[in-house]
Amino acid sequence: MTQTLVTSSLDPEAAAFSEVVPAGEPWMKVVKQGQVFRILDLEGNQAVDTLFYNANDYEERYSANDTIRAQGNIYLTAGTQLLSNEGNAMLTIVADTCGRHDTLGGACSAESNTVRYALDKRHMHSCRDSFLLALAEWDNGMTKRDLSSNINFFMNVPVTPQGELTFADGISAAGRYVEMRAEMDVLVLISNCPQLNNPCNAYNPTPVQLLIWDAQ
Amino acid sequence: MSVTESGSALDPEALAWQEQVPGGAHWSGVLRRGTTLRITDQQGGANVSTLFFNQEEKLERYNMADTLKAQHTAYLTKGYVCYSDMGRVMCSVTDDSCGWHDTICGVSNARMVTEKYGEARYQEHRNQYHRNGFDSLVNELGKYGLGRRDVMPTANFFSKVTVDESGAMVFQPGNSEAGDYVELRFEMNTLVVLTTCQHPLDPDPQYRPRDILLSAWHSGPAGADDLCRNRCPENQRGFHNTEVMFR
Ligand SMILES: [Zn+2]
Repeated sequence: MTQTLVTSSLDPEAAAFSEVVPAGEPWMKVVKQGQVFRILDLEGNQAVDTLFYNANDYEERYSANDTIRAQGNIYLTAGTQLLSNEGNAMLTIVADTCGRHDTLGGACSAESNTVRYALDKRHMHSCRDSFLLALAEWDNGMTKRDLSSNINFFMNVPVTPQGELTFADGISAAGRYVEMRAEMDVLVLISNCPQLNNPCNAYNPTPVQLLIWDAQ
Repeated sequence: MSVTESGSALDPEALAWQEQVPGGAHWSGVLRRGTTLRITDQQGGANVSTLFFNQEEKLERYNMADTLKAQHTAYLTKGYVCYSDMGRVMCSVTDDSCGWHDTICGVSNARMVTEKYGEARYQEHRNQYHRNGFDSLVNELGKYGLGRRDVMPTANFFSKVTVDESGAMVFQPGNSEAGDYVELRFEMNTLVVLTTCQHPLDPDPQYRPRDILLSAWHSGPAGADDLCRNRCPENQRGFHNTEVMFR
């Protein structure tokens, strides 16, 4: 697949918000309609597990199924509209210097690590633990029930024509980014993945930078 | 002939129960550990969008991504299992005459069904009115205190959607013929919630969801030499995680 990379003209110096999130930490914030949200892969091949909710109705949330069906393709990239479980556009990817992002692979958890790697991996830090801690601190009635299929920005999870799901080497690198414009007020929930069992990130989870620009 | 033999006709004596679900309807029920459910496509071209919940703790539920990752697959057929988000095997696909069941496309919604098939309300059409997958699942989920927050990616039995090298999704018509079936053996006590609405990518321009037949019997849980258990080391660990609940 040839990736069409789309760069952004936005100046990081002009961002209204900028924060570095270390590996293994959650992040939760409302991005307002019209604002542009950038995730920057600072050191390369870091998976950023991300969920979106309508900030005014948490029961409306990002839907992997609706998104890939609407565009007829399983990979997310510039031009992809991220749709909700009600089929509404939540965000539009407007720039992407990585080229492909996964939305089928889901988030790691203590329990799935026992299945995928070894029974004694249960006590290692995981994305779903990060999500749950963030939801508890958010304290607005959201629980594990609200954890649905997420996006894994910068991850490469190809499906073959024979129906195999594979974890391929990352196609991201230090300094690559993905940028999206909010089409509604969205609550963003991120786990910057702490996964230590997967060669995708060379067993080395790294920090990412999050930037928000106000509507132009 | 025993019903537990692969591909066999069903023995009415061995059946625990049987129920027909018409096309476009929704259904739920509890399948206990050691029960096998056969879903039969009665007319060909059926679609059965299905969710699974741990009957005792409904926050534990079928997880598409964990199912796919553990088994390095994007679809279900004989030999694969359905995982919960808690690292447990909920049910195993012990037999399948169809070969491919979609896991990545989810369900239709009201807007999509109206755009595709036109509006057909209950007022004019009585029980022939047009239903959609999302609302059908919400209907059934509400009976257990569940709702929109619990509509997760479904397993879509009998439907086949492939993905080409560029990631494009292609619906494959004719995947399931009249009489095709899939068998699910339940490894834990499971609430099954399903809808027989048409697959969201079904190119058929007509609204014509197909009927299915549900047939259940006591099969016992997976043995030590079970095909699904031994398909991969991941599944052996998944069965272990389930079985410690019942020791
Ligand atoms: Zn993770």
